[in-house]
Amino acid sequence: MDHSWRAHWAVLAASVAATSLAPAGPASAQESFKLGIVTFLSGPAADSFGVPARNSAQFVIDQLNKGAAPSPYEKAGFGGIKIEPVIIDENGGATKQVQELRNLYQRDNVDVVLGYIGSGDCLAVAPIAEELKKMLVLMDCGTPRIFEEAKYNYVFRTAAHATMDNVGLIRYMKAKNVKMDTLSAINQDYAWGQDSRADFIAAAQQLYPNVKIQTDLLPKFGAGQYGTEISALVGAGSDVVYSSLWGGDLQAFVLQSAPRGLPKRSQLVFSAADHVLPPLGEKMPDGTIIGARGAYGLMSQKSPLNDWLFKGYEAANGVYPVQAAYRMTQSILGLKAAAEKAMSKNGGKKPSTDELVAAMTGLEWPSPGGLIQMKLADGHQAIQPIAISRTKYNPDLKRVDLVDIEYFAAECVNPPPGVKSIDWIKGGMQGAKCN
Amino acid sequence: MKNGLHPLVMIALVAGVTLLGRALPTWTLSLATIAASNALIALGIVVLARTGNVSFGQGLFFAAGGYGVALIANAWGLTDAVAQVIIGAACGGLLGLIVGPFIARYSGIFFGMLTLALSMVFYGALVKSTALGGSDGFNVGRPTLLGLSFTDPREADFMLYAVSVIVTGFAGIGATILFRSEFGLASLAVRENNLRVEYLGISANRVISINFVIAAIFAGASGAFALMAQRHIDPQFAYWTTSGEFVFVAVLAGTQSVAAVFVASMALELVRSFSSLYLPNTWQLVLGVFLLGVILFLPRGIGSLWIRKRRKRSTIAANAPIAAETGAAS
Repeated sequence: MDHSWRAHWAVLAASVAATSLAPAGPASAQESFKLGIVTFLSGPAADSFGVPARNSAQFVIDQLNKGAAPSPYEKAGFGGIKIEPVIIDENGGATKQVQELRNLYQRDNVDVVLGYIGSGDCLAVAPIAEELKKMLVLMDCGTPRIFEEAKYNYVFRTAAHATMDNVGLIRYMKAKNVKMDTLSAINQDYAWGQDSRADFIAAAQQLYPNVKIQTDLLPKFGAGQYGTEISALVGAGSDVVYSSLWGGDLQAFVLQSAPRGLPKRSQLVFSAADHVLPPLGEKMPDGTIIGARGAYGLMSQKSPLNDWLFKGYEAANGVYPVQAAYRMTQSILGLKAAAEKAMSKNGGKKPSTDELVAAMTGLEWPSPGGLIQMKLADGHQAIQPIAISRTKYNPDLKRVDLVDIEYFAAECVNPPPGVKSIDWIKGGMQGAKCN
Repeated sequence: MKNGLHPLVMIALVAGVTLLGRALPTWTLSLATIAASNALIALGIVVLARTGNVSFGQGLFFAAGGYGVALIANAWGLTDAVAQVIIGAACGGLLGLIVGPFIARYSGIFFGMLTLALSMVFYGALVKSTALGGSDGFNVGRPTLLGLSFTDPREADFMLYAVSVIVTGFAGIGATILFRSEFGLASLAVRENNLRVEYLGISANRVISINFVIAAIFAGASGAFALMAQRHIDPQFAYWTTSGEFVFVAVLAGTQSVAAVFVASMALELVRSFSSLYLPNTWQLVLGVFLLGVILFLPRGIGSLWIRKRRKRSTIAANAPIAAETGAAS
């Protein structure tokens, strides 16, 4: 039993060291703007969303601090104040996220926390930020429930929620005269999959009133093997097979379904698939209808702002930016726009939380993916335009190109203020402004 | 255990720790609340481990307590912190009462796997129930205490800290008294040789069941604390990694000292928090190395740091083999 006191002291010393590493206080708070960034650095969502988001945050913050971004973001940092990012991992569950959010605000004295990809994490952290009266910018999570079930003053979401993805898909299919007498669906058995499925089917029943739903599958999250499901889908032979799978699950599904001839029998429709195009390459069947949760990546529209992100990101990371990179960029740019608006009012001082919140509410700003407008939930929830397209492999560039791109205005695919998304879809999408 | 602390000294200790909360920086308060809540459930695992059985499915009762409190809070607007703890403990305890007698007939790895399976069945059901928010879960309002609502964040955090430290502290005192009691010693005997215990006229199943229900009550109350601290609940509460974490706290602490459970739980939270701040890409590695370090250098858990000296003088090492067993089983 005498493992020597040295070992014991080592453990004690380690714990003491850990405690004493706590930062001393907000000594340098005036010189810089401390921005907490939370994104998946490990776990299943890291490769698809978390790491691209982190990379774009690093690229954008670096460019902004140098004053190298194009107009209207040419001012260095946030109105001349240097941005100091603190990046932490979103993996580990909602309990850990709530704890780490408190630590970011109360221990590390960050001015604003920005991030979160998981819907469960967003739902969990929003009320905590509200209680602490600290500003929180949600970047990517999809669930409409955040602002539909509660009212927040200090919480913002700078990206449209998932309703847009599915309404956009249906509008695209209608515009392109895609036949859909029968529909099958495969979605993961957790909130994102269940909600996407409900939105898509509800929207389909509006624009395709005679659609018949055949096979409706809900495999578990992270299943990876879809042999049985593909047999069922091939057997049903529906006109359209819809899926909201993402990341590794989507790649596995595509790779396993192609040899079984599913893409030839049915029109595949994926709600969020642009992030798997670079890894899948020629394995992605031509003619698949995909969304990217915005006008992102290869579907983005040309603008100086978009060129800056696309080329800069590609040069820095060796791969072009997709959904998560765009969403991170648009949230940082939104925060910059809000900070500079607040500073123009308070005489150029570093804005307080309340000044920032007031400036962000109802704000509009240009982003690489188009104009972002904080129009829903009393100016706290963004709407944005979306693009839908078909895949076509380009052997010369050795990448999947996107063709037949169709853009939908923000107010065509997002519900108007004060209406719950699912009620809006089921009520016939009243008030949608499509050109 | 003649050298054990007098219960009155322990009560003074709990009061001291509670008052210390006035001096602590705000961020440590919520961290300590979570640590106390984890300590409570790990204490339950230690109680059960004395019968020779390790539960890998305490998440079941943790989630039952959490969901019970959350649903009642949202349906009837019951927000009182003390009432929520009692409801959580009752939900966990009731479920333990149903599950315990069935599961007490198994032992060792079968016991562990069955508890794990039950918690995963509950997890699966929760993920599928869209009325409860499915995998995203749902939110509850902030707790009050005796009709007082706390709007200042620091006061609200301190209130939760105080309630969780006092409840967990008293649970710890209760557990210490239990360990020294006839029943507590009978539990140890069940682990050593349950057949002999039966011949002495004590039902081994009954002993295991009662310890199981105690562990379930602690887990349910712990679920209530976790819910109050984060104001959000999702099926992750019942997931096996959550249960595994509680077993880790128990292993880290060892079974020699109740106080060690609290120290271990706090140390784990601190290491996790700081490693995730300074090493965002490798925080899991740091956590793993920390756990390995404790297991390698302190095989009887953190408690052996201060129990060691006393034990040398004591002739009977009554609790010693359990630590090894808990370690081996996990």
